[in-house]
Amino acid sequence: MGHTLAEKVWNSHVVRRGDGDEPDLLYIDLHLVHEVTSPQAFDGLRQAGRPVRRVDLTVATEDHNVPTIDTELPIADPVSRTQVETLRRNCAEFGVPLYQMGHDEQGIVHVIGPQLGLTQPGTTVVCGDSHTSTHGAFGAMAFGIGTSEVEHVLATQTLPLKPFKTMAINVAGSLRAGVTAKDIILAVIAKIGTGGGQGYVLEYRGSAIEELSMEARMTVCNMSIEAGARAGLIAPDETTFAYLKGRKHAPRGADWDAAVEAWRQLRTDDDAVFDAEVDLDADDLTPYVTWGTNPGQGLPLSEKVPDPERIADENERAAAEKALSYMDLKPGTPLREIQVDTVFLGSCTNGRIEDLRAAADVLRGHKVATGVRMLVVPGSMRVREAAESEGLHEVFLSAGAEWRSAGCSMCLGMNPDQLKPGERSASTSNRNFEGRQGKGGRTHLVSPLVAAATAVRGTLSSPEDLLAVSSTGTAGTD
Amino acid sequence: MEPFTKHTGVGVPLRRSNVDTDQIIPAVYLKRVSKTGFEDGLFAAWRQDEQFILNQDPYRAGSVLVAGPDFGTGSSREHAVWALADYGFRVVISARFADIFRGNAGKQGLLAAQCEQHDVEQLWKLLEAEPGTEVTVDLRERLVTAKEFTAPFGIDDYTRWRLLEGLDDIALTLRHAEAIDSFEASRPVWKPSTTLA
Repeated sequence: MGHTLAEKVWNSHVVRRGDGDEPDLLYIDLHLVHEVTSPQAFDGLRQAGRPVRRVDLTVATEDHNVPTIDTELPIADPVSRTQVETLRRNCAEFGVPLYQMGHDEQGIVHVIGPQLGLTQPGTTVVCGDSHTSTHGAFGAMAFGIGTSEVEHVLATQTLPLKPFKTMAINVAGSLRAGVTAKDIILAVIAKIGTGGGQGYVLEYRGSAIEELSMEARMTVCNMSIEAGARAGLIAPDETTFAYLKGRKHAPRGADWDAAVEAWRQLRTDDDAVFDAEVDLDADDLTPYVTWGTNPGQGLPLSEKVPDPERIADENERAAAEKALSYMDLKPGTPLREIQVDTVFLGSCTNGRIEDLRAAADVLRGHKVATGVRMLVVPGSMRVREAAESEGLHEVFLSAGAEWRSAGCSMCLGMNPDQLKPGERSASTSNRNFEGRQGKGGRTHLVSPLVAAATAVRGTLSSPEDLLAVSSTGTAGTD
Repeated sequence: MEPFTKHTGVGVPLRRSNVDTDQIIPAVYLKRVSKTGFEDGLFAAWRQDEQFILNQDPYRAGSVLVAGPDFGTGSSREHAVWALADYGFRVVISARFADIFRGNAGKQGLLAAQCEQHDVEQLWKLLEAEPGTEVTVDLRERLVTAKEFTAPFGIDDYTRWRLLEGLDDIALTLRHAEAIDSFEASRPVWKPSTTLA
């Protein structure tokens, strides 16, 4: 019997096969580090007198705590500042390369890895951050780890792990205009639930996946964790190789040829068997939004807020009731009528250049609705630079949006960009948990296209709703 | 890590599914660079509600948390485990745990005991009917008991062994240093390097 892509990547990294119940010892090709989940790990090394085994396979950046305005000033919050300064001290002491605030390569850890050409097909990638699954878009086995594991990788460049089960997510057909990778993944999570992927690595396959750009593939893989899966991956192809070629850390010359030769083998064999399979048809997909407080509580934008009374499962019903109460929503309300006061475009899910381009195309000639605040936060300083060279920042600014520097920003309530209690956002990020974007804040997860259209209309909207809106930003009558 | 064999303490019924790590400890509490003192962030938003279970005696002094399915979903923050442990919890019982949370718990000596949902519900009823009921979790026997209630729980053999012995993962791995050396020697030269461009 053949092997799946995930099994091939796993098998080529086994340092030592575990006996009986023992886990395998897996070699890690790339370890990404940021300020939040690393200080206690470096402390552990120091206490044990251990060095970082492979600084050349480790890279750090500052993203979770950093402000996205006034970035030339010291960080105002002393606790955040200490955490960032601790990372700088640790990287200097242990010799780990660091892209700190102010550096051209600084940005969200999952945006800079691919951008630098460090994320490569067939590699194992870890980071003390659950959205490490993003890097699976390149056919890498990439997953989030806790701080103890961060210390373990720093010390040994390996992790003791049991193989994941494999699940195929087959996405047939083609996406229609206005429907994006974000809608695919929100639909997948709504279908299998936040626990559906537990214990699995997901492999996204099918024509709709093959047609996606690398950036769109990253959006899909990024949210694998929201379905409970630690990793999600996509077989590398010409799109992948074209994206990587010429990037700073991509192989060159004869090394490039040898690498591509090896990468071409990274496909699930025809006779391989997955432990589970899920089918989805991209032709049927329309823009998705979440209504609740976990990413599985999502529906097509054309639907209404669900009625918990009609949910058969007792636990799910209770969860829906709690979610609607937190979200202050009434069953039966059309999702399109939900008013927001904040729109956040950014994050490791949707903070790349294509996301910014897509949103700018929708916003061009429109204004952000009165009473709505829109934050546009590029995923990295390189993305910001590219956007500015294309004039996208002018589109955002003239529409009335705020144009920021790179960071995790409003994806998580850890830096100055937060929702206030009771505020409601349409957000291109990945988690609509209670208080995720700030204490008491309410989050609807959306694609960049929906985010932009929502900013113009002030209610959850898709770009086609804008056809009835004048360029002055007055809401349409549909 | 201290060995874990058996623990007895007040059970806390938390009737919620999908208790994500942002609820267990919100991001604003993740800024510390130490490994202790995270108890103030535990369920920080929910604890502002007087009715929340941990604001009620005798649950306040609980050490065995009994929660709904999909406990620990979301972020990889090990701070969620530290917050539970710093507060005084030694065991979390749930029908389903998120993978990363389960792994993190095992590194810190917090026992993630997987029970059937119908057993969780029975335990909820018992703990609500008689607040302060003590729950005993026996890792050797893989058994949860409380008064007449008895149920088995699942945990993988390797994690169970490490918890029983209180073993440090890094020391275990470094016993295989030669295997790591020889694996490294066989890696293709074109693999990515963060220091060479």
